Amino acid sequence: MLADSGVSDPSGALSADLVARLQAGDSGAFEALVRQHSMPLLRVARRILRSEEDARDAVQDAFVSAYKSIARFGSNSRLSTWLHRIVVNASLMRLRTQRRHPEEDIEAHLPRFLEDGHQVEPSVAWGESADAVVQREEVRGIVRAAIDRLPEQYRIVLLLRDIEEMTTEETAEALGITANAVKIRLHRARQALRTLLDPHMKGATR
Amino acid sequence: MSKRPYLPCREIIAFLADYLDGSLAPETRSEFDRHLGVCPSCVAYLASYRDTIRMAKAASIEADAGEPPEDLVKAIVASVRGE
Repeated sequence: MLADSGVSDPSGALSADLVARLQAGDSGAFEALVRQHSMPLLRVARRILRSEEDARDAVQDAFVSAYKSIARFGSNSRLSTWLHRIVVNASLMRLRTQRRHPEEDIEAHLPRFLEDGHQVEPSVAWGESADAVVQREEVRGIVRAAIDRLPEQYRIVLLLRDIEEMTTEETAEALGITANAVKIRLHRARQALRTLLDPHMKGATR
Repeated sequence: MSKRPYLPCREIIAFLADYLDGSLAPETRSEFDRHLGVCPSCVAYLASYRDTIRMAKAASIEADAGEPPEDLVKAIVASVRGE
């Protein structure tokens, strides 16, 4: 499912016309496709790859792949959803070739418990509404930096599930892991991200 | 008043994602709700966990404006000409 993940969704009629022209081999249609969809796809690739050069290469790989497989595009699919899936896969392929960043241990950011099952440090309500505070560019930067601090296998699952809004099953397939592994990684990623945001949020006043 | 022991915070937090996506069995869900009724720490944790998900999404998604880089468009179009 793709709701509001930054990928444009032109009207179905326009998309259907474009697909028909692409499938008929209209070369102008391919350029129209690229112009219409490359910005949202570039944003997806940037989020995954964190490198402008790699993101552009992934978008190029994705469009080449889409060009080759347009004949198999089904009329029941949404063009933007189909392209989104292709660019995610192209970005993941490229991610595997990137040099690994030094990673923090996620365990350090997970809640700790006493023998009786209570939290070592009881949680305190965050002071300000998340929806309001995240409108501030400074806070948006803090959140993005915190996501970037997550170890890669957790960061990617958080991106695909919570930001790209892929399902557990789609994420599992894209990453070649089980649905259960996706669920575990997602929960740990959210917990670690919550820990990283906690110092910034619990001091804020509502 | 029930004499049953409450689920420990550790269990609540371990299964929070299942609680939020509605995949817990009804009896487990009611045990969660019973715990949340008496534990301000888990209530705060749950609220901030939800906020974390919303903030991650909101901070990552940019306005969908702007033209694609012309050099990228040209490179992509050129790359399929040879296909």
